Amino acid sequence: MKIKTDKIKKISKSSFTIYGMVIMAYVIMQILVSTGSLSSLMEGLLVPLCIYVILAVSLNLTVGILGELSLGHAGFMCVGAFTGAFFSVATVDLITIPLLRFGIAIILGALAAAVFGIILGIPVLRLRGDYLAIVTLAFGEIIKNFVNVIYIGTDKNGFHFSMKDAVALKLEEGGKVIINGAQGITGTPNDSTFTIGIILIIIILFVILNLVNSRAGRAIMAIRDNRIAAESIGINITKYKLMAFTISASMAGVAGVLYAHNLSTLTALPKNFGYNMSIMILVFVVLGGIGNVGGSIIAAVLLTLLPELLRGLNDYRMLIYAIVLIVMMIFNSSPKAIELREKYSLKRLFTKKTKGEDA
Amino acid sequence: MALLDVKNLGISFGGLRAVDSFHIEVEKGQLYGLIGPNGAGKTTVFNMLTGVYQPGDGKITLDGNDITGKRTIDINRAGIARTFQNIRLFKELTVMDNVKVGLHEHYKYSTIAGILRLPSYYKKEKEMNEKALELLKVFDLDKEKDFLASNLPYGKQRKLEIARALATNPKLLLLDEPAAGMNPNETKELMDTIRFVRDEFDMTILLIEHDMKLVAGICEKLTVLNFGQVLAEGNTAEVLKNPQVITAYLGE
Repeated sequence: MKIKTDKIKKISKSSFTIYGMVIMAYVIMQILVSTGSLSSLMEGLLVPLCIYVILAVSLNLTVGILGELSLGHAGFMCVGAFTGAFFSVATVDLITIPLLRFGIAIILGALAAAVFGIILGIPVLRLRGDYLAIVTLAFGEIIKNFVNVIYIGTDKNGFHFSMKDAVALKLEEGGKVIINGAQGITGTPNDSTFTIGIILIIIILFVILNLVNSRAGRAIMAIRDNRIAAESIGINITKYKLMAFTISASMAGVAGVLYAHNLSTLTALPKNFGYNMSIMILVFVVLGGIGNVGGSIIAAVLLTLLPELLRGLNDYRMLIYAIVLIVMMIFNSSPKAIELREKYSLKRLFTKKTKGEDA
Repeated sequence: MALLDVKNLGISFGGLRAVDSFHIEVEKGQLYGLIGPNGAGKTTVFNMLTGVYQPGDGKITLDGNDITGKRTIDINRAGIARTFQNIRLFKELTVMDNVKVGLHEHYKYSTIAGILRLPSYYKKEKEMNEKALELLKVFDLDKEKDFLASNLPYGKQRKLEIARALATNPKLLLLDEPAAGMNPNETKELMDTIRFVRDEFDMTILLIEHDMKLVAGICEKLTVLNFGQVLAEGNTAEVLKNPQVITAYLGE
């Protein structure tokens, strides 16, 4: 570290705690897998865990750092998933190195989601108020229904596109349908592994934590805290809002690619890319603490594991979510709880030293 | 040529003429007071000067540049910084970061350099930290640099807002009721700070204030606003003796 100020050191320290937490979890899981102490059910959950962690961390950038509400994060995930899967299926014979193909798929998925982030963000982020929540909510629903009616196939003449049915593609002999409407994409190579998931988590943490502790991150948080004041000292509001939102969307796209390559059949259902999914990601963020990156990781892991651990209670999952949310909201705002948290503030990640003063 | 030259400025909200044919000339290095009873339109004038409101008519010239109707961020870049009547700090950022946001336009490195921690990040951050600390020391806030801004006592929050405004390196500083809510001791300290800022930074300051002790103590010239119109202007002592001004404040 070249910079001597305590501030930078402190933040680096809390960042290292988060990285350490992720790496520790990875090592422990790898040991459990190699010794065979993990049930196959839990082993199958490892990649979804990574997906949910990425989604939670990326939504935290929009909700916690930027201070805007997005209710369509699953929509960006859907864009990423279909872009990535489309690429992989289309080039499965062309690029034979799975890691290379998957890497390109991830980048493409992230880019596609980012493009949608920009398209939504340019008009909406100029407005004040909760318009982003309304528009993203609609976007999530529209994109899910849209991919259910598109048909894309390929033959030696190139790509064919239709919005009617697979026959309308008029493929020549030997051609194959890649996106088959409501049946989605089949035959996606299973490239997602726990290790790749963890690497992606670390890359995304690296981007977010470094962004937050840089010039652009400070501008983003300044806009969150006081838009008028930020404007009065020359911060370009739209630029930084758009930047944060686009980065957040592209990360959801990465999660989508990971998701698509964990299943052999990818379909857009209300279950995986619908409103409930968006809300579930939001629950991770709220539960982990808005603006608290480490917290959203823990919340995502716990809330994904909880229903599996309490399998008998699976029917009550949404009920438990509601109750936990209400309890957390009370806990977050009650003066006694705040007092308690401040008392142990040093132990908490990401909270700054607040002792020696009376606020 | 005055640093700030405002001519015939006016704005209407619906049928209400909030400010009408307002004019002011602030010379470089001056400490200028804008006073008037509640609702006279003082903050509205500030909001027009900083682009929060678009003036209905009139012309604002800063240092020879026409800045009428420009965006807030462009006006800040042209050289006007302000504080707010109800303090607007970045509450969840530290005291240090509040000032560093103010330095945003003056120490630039790309977002990519920030994410990848390229050498330019370390270099610029170091310069920013030094500059911010320097500013905080002027306002005696350097010991609280790692506090969250919302945890500062009221008087220090006011000071931090001035420090943040100064960080943008303005030509003209607008202070909107800097002494509001302060006790006499804090006000006295603030008067010293404002004078110090003017001398140390060679700053031109235009301030809105209700505290007559502060106004009489530090302002060299005054403009009095009443019902959106200029009631009187001139040297502080003369203006405060003006019977019309006394009537506006105290009634018949």
